[in-house]
Amino acid sequence: MTGAGVRATARIRARDDGRGGTSLPVLEGDGPLAVRRTRGSGAEARVMLVGAMSGPLGGDHFTVEAGVAEGARLRVGSAAATIALPGQTKDEARYDVRLGVENGGELHWLPEQLISARGSDLYVTTYADLGATARLVLREEQVLGRAGEEPGRLVSRLRLRIAGRTVLDQELACGPGAPGGWDGPAVLAGHRAVGQLLVVRSEFAAEPVTARVLGEGAAVVPLAGPAALVTAVAPDALRLRGLLDQAQASFA
Amino acid sequence: MSGAALLVLADGRFPAGGHAHSGGAEAAVKAGRITGAASLEDFCRGRLHTSGRVAAALAAAAALGVDPSLLDEAADARTPSPALRAVARRLGRQLMRAARATWPADELDAVAGQFPKGAHQPVVLGLAARSAGLGAADAAYCAAYESVSGPATATVRLLSLDPFEATAVLARLAPEVDRVVDLAAEAAGRVAEEGVDALPAGSAPVLEISAEAHAGWPVRLFAS
Amino acid sequence: MHVDHSPSHDGPAVGADARRADGSRRALRIGLGGPVGSGKTATVAALCRALRQELSLAVVTNDIYTREDADFLLREAVLPPERITAVETGACPHTAIRDDISANLEAVEDLEDEVGPLDLVLVESGGDNLTATFSKGLVDAQIFVIDVAGGDDIPRKGGPGVTTADLLVVNKTDLAPYVGSDLGRMAADAKAQRAELPVVFQSLRSEAGVTDVAAWVRARLAEWTA
Repeated sequence: MTGAGVRATARIRARDDGRGGTSLPVLEGDGPLAVRRTRGSGAEARVMLVGAMSGPLGGDHFTVEAGVAEGARLRVGSAAATIALPGQTKDEARYDVRLGVENGGELHWLPEQLISARGSDLYVTTYADLGATARLVLREEQVLGRAGEEPGRLVSRLRLRIAGRTVLDQELACGPGAPGGWDGPAVLAGHRAVGQLLVVRSEFAAEPVTARVLGEGAAVVPLAGPAALVTAVAPDALRLRGLLDQAQASFA
Repeated sequence: MSGAALLVLADGRFPAGGHAHSGGAEAAVKAGRITGAASLEDFCRGRLHTSGRVAAALAAAAALGVDPSLLDEAADARTPSPALRAVARRLGRQLMRAARATWPADELDAVAGQFPKGAHQPVVLGLAARSAGLGAADAAYCAAYESVSGPATATVRLLSLDPFEATAVLARLAPEVDRVVDLAAEAAGRVAEEGVDALPAGSAPVLEISAEAHAGWPVRLFAS
Repeated sequence: MHVDHSPSHDGPAVGADARRADGSRRALRIGLGGPVGSGKTATVAALCRALRQELSLAVVTNDIYTREDADFLLREAVLPPERITAVETGACPHTAIRDDISANLEAVEDLEDEVGPLDLVLVESGGDNLTATFSKGLVDAQIFVIDVAGGDDIPRKGGPGVTTADLLVVNKTDLAPYVGSDLGRMAADAKAQRAELPVVFQSLRSEAGVTDVAAWVRARLAEWTA
């Protein structure tokens, strides 16, 4: 890490307030990462990530940590898409998301898209660590380039642990400088938007979801653990969201 | 280390069931994503750098003696498609049979007993390499090469592609196979210290989605 | 060196061991091969009907297009579905029965595990060419099925299937007058190619049907269990 980039961290802690609701004893963000509590519904607290500046730029290192304690329910969204842009330096930017959900807690992590702009270079890691009876709905969407634009280099790793066991570990690398074939018929086949929806419920251990395809661009699959994954590719962000929404509705 | 043993294990005729699988090529051909040598090459390149690299690292780690059950779990986590997990286990079981007959070893017997329905094929491949006296890079070579030779052979049958063109595709990919093997062996070497998180986890969304679709086809030439 | 291949409980048997992993005798395995359209699947169906009352049996099919023959057997309801397994062959059924038999061995063993104990497993090849034969690592005996409509010169032409199969079946004899096939010549040619190996001429439409082939299968089974 050189000194050229911005370091910023946002932290969210949610806990059962003992009155049927969820309180947020920690809700802090600095620099470009601001967090706001918004109106929740029922037992659930809602938080919005608000990008105070554009970014991350090359050399920046952003971290978001969210922890949901036993029995608490938290929903996190973002006010707008995150755009990875080239920076003053040629360094890679990093965006690390660390999610923890204790037994009986529930987290909905539903940020807007991550857009990889031309010339950017971003490495994103999203690690979710869950207790055996924690629940999670997590959506990730990557859009390669703004309208008509070539993408930058984007590497995104998604890892899910449930009760200490790794149930999903996946990395997608695309854009200039990524290993060859990323745009070809095995990996993205020319699609410019790719996303995943991860749903974790302990009930899936006994009754896993049935694998199925949603048209040519998406599949719902049971993972080797109490979790389901939707993987989707689409020509653009709008159609990608349509596929993921359709899949998410089927879990309701 | 024996160069000839590597040829035995890497031989496309090694009787471990691979001939019935296209590595996703059948679905790609049907969808019009592979239409000739150029698109086959691009397909193979993408597969090599994603699932091929993961398989190569798993095989290398198994060849180094990392606990096969940890590697099998890591393979599950890197294979979200249940169709592809089932295929990997079926092929692992078939390879285990061939390996036990070819290079008998207590270690293979023990893992066969531990996974009666099969461990992930790359893990078994690494163990087979170990039993054959081969090293981590050898195991990675077998897995990485297989990740491209399977689709290439299948495409010859599916499209009646000129076999010389298909073989030329494999030759053109050779430097990238070398690179993937280096990266895979390097990652496998870090597992002892850092755990299986050190293994690569490259994913190919279109391969995963189309594997699920292909598994539901009523009529197909290849099992996957 | 580990040269001890004695049966043990810790995994599938290797190759064509006559005993299963638990030490019990495995089922007799008989392969049926032959050209496309010669009546392999119909013969398998007829054998199942003839033998299912007296034997515990199962079928493995090897299709070119994966499940067609298995689906035919299911439609004909000759066996319960759990006793029929389709092996997928990647467009090369002869590879799956001869050069790389691993998927077929898995299928046979899984059937024994799941619906066993079995007396007999019939392994049917997908329709292929005259050179397709079964590996001795997969089956204990093999039947090669040709038909009179495929040309009465097939026995004369020979090839590994016609020459070496444990039983040669010349099927559809009822069609001989219509296609101009000379059954006498076929019998003489087969005798010349096969010496003492048996040949059965059958028409599944006749009253005798699959009787002779079923009798031959019973004799192999008697030898196997002797």
